[in-house]
Amino acid sequence: MKYWTFAALAIVLAVGLALSGANEYLFFAGFVVLQAIVLATGWNILGGYAGYVNFGVPGFVGVGAYTALTMHLLIKAPILVQIVAGAMLAGLLGLLVGMLTLRLRGIFFSIATIAVVYILDAVVMNSRFLGGATGIQLTRPTDVWLFGTYTRMLFVVMAVMAVIAVSVARYIQNSHIGQGLRAVRDSEEAAECSGVPTLKLKLIACVISGALLGVAGAPMPMYLSYIEPASTFNLHYAVIALAMPIIGGTSHWAGPLIGALILGSLQQIVTVTISSELNVLVVGVLLVVFVVAAPDGVIGLIRKWKTSSK
Amino acid sequence: MFGLLLGCFYAAVSLGLSVAFGLLDVPHVAHPALLIVGSYGAYLLGGWGLDPLVSGFLLMPIFFLLGMLLYRFYYETFESRGSAAGVNGLAFFFGVAFIIEVLLVLGFGVDQRSAEAPYIGESLRIAHYRIPYRLIVAAGVALILTLVLTLFFSRTFVGRAIKAVGQDEGALRLMGANPVKIKQLAFGIATSVNALAGAMLIIVSPVDPTMDRLYIGRAFCVVVLAGMGSMSGTLVAGLILGVAESIVLTLFGASWATAVAFGLLLLMLGVRPQGLFGR
Repeated sequence: MKYWTFAALAIVLAVGLALSGANEYLFFAGFVVLQAIVLATGWNILGGYAGYVNFGVPGFVGVGAYTALTMHLLIKAPILVQIVAGAMLAGLLGLLVGMLTLRLRGIFFSIATIAVVYILDAVVMNSRFLGGATGIQLTRPTDVWLFGTYTRMLFVVMAVMAVIAVSVARYIQNSHIGQGLRAVRDSEEAAECSGVPTLKLKLIACVISGALLGVAGAPMPMYLSYIEPASTFNLHYAVIALAMPIIGGTSHWAGPLIGALILGSLQQIVTVTISSELNVLVVGVLLVVFVVAAPDGVIGLIRKWKTSSK
Repeated sequence: MFGLLLGCFYAAVSLGLSVAFGLLDVPHVAHPALLIVGSYGAYLLGGWGLDPLVSGFLLMPIFFLLGMLLYRFYYETFESRGSAAGVNGLAFFFGVAFIIEVLLVLGFGVDQRSAEAPYIGESLRIAHYRIPYRLIVAAGVALILTLVLTLFFSRTFVGRAIKAVGQDEGALRLMGANPVKIKQLAFGIATSVNALAGAMLIIVSPVDPTMDRLYIGRAFCVVVLAGMGSMSGTLVAGLILGVAESIVLTLFGASWATAVAFGLLLLMLGVRPQGLFGR
């Protein structure tokens, strides 16, 4: 109950901000942080709960983005339709990748997901319709119902998506799927022997995780009003989507949320004040430091602190 | 022909990974990043007029120590805690790869760098074929390197010990040997091979800091194709990749060529994950 009050409050707050006269930049930057929440939460369903590291995040983000672009080009679909279509195709990609590789040990799955990124990259590069290597410029609607500017509207849409993503992750964690996935992470053989349908559960996780990553990517063309493959299929998405849950804590749904809020905001600050190269360095260093010193993330640190102070 | 030479080079690039990942089971995604470090090392020493290959040899001991340290650190933080197999080890190396990449960007900028040597830029002409000397040199060194490593792993005591660790660590411990020390040594060797391979890379083509991402695909493709830790298999797999890439390059153009390694890798993982020469 408490959770849903918070979720509703978050959405109300986002709508309120968008209706207020706040600076446009706030929404531009806020969108990125909200997108980070969706990315981190989506990644964590497979990576955190089941222990299968997906390096292919840019592939799923790219499928989301380019599906949205296709919908926009073909039928001028509104943003929500674009997002749903992006999510569906990215989920389908998750299913395909999963069927191909989930029978393998963890590391092979990870390498295979990197492969997916580069293959999709090559496909887009060679597609004239999707803009090829040079990319495609879009015009977005100038006047938007209620919110005035498109960026504000996207901000609210992304806030709703973030709440949905976190709710899905929370539901999965508490359901039998989450229990099964945890068993897979701790010992796949043991889980299999005790009758956990490991492959089915991993496939479900792969589809949901892929769909959420697609959701994170789908608004990108409209957000930037421009899209090109080099920055879309960039492994940067993979590091941040991996770093945020690990910094926050991978075993709980709130972990990616915390990680995304910390890292997403920090990145915005570093990018604005110093440089965007350094921002990647910050992500890398934080990732390594947390993996080495605090593998259970911020949540793990809080738990430890609580038990020691009792 | 071009493809075969390129293939020898790919094999050389993958040899280190074949030891680190194939034999030791370390999810070393930072390996290609270290390869690029090797290239930049050769570039820096090239500033003093040294031939890239000589620089590569000079850098090998430093890389050897670096590799030993890296493995020691990895062992202490992950393997000894028993948390290596999962998310943490992979995330660690992925993070390390990105840190290396950014440091290179900060140090050298994003521009491409190339090395200078008398054999770069010239071509050997046979009838109407032109074969660049740079590829011949790289392929020659690669062949020698493969041969040396194959002999090392089959003939010397240390080499056999490393193979034994890869097969059954527990048994080795029971025989009274220290598997960690041997693995550390092997990781050092794997990393030092990178110094030379990096030098070859900068001979073959100009390098930029984000190039390691492509070589993640190529190197892992070759190692998986070869079947985890087989040295001669690595050479054959490298040749297959080199030929496949150059065929795609001439038939479909450069934008598809980079996807070849990844496509081959996916295919292999889906169809025969134990590799062509796997046990």
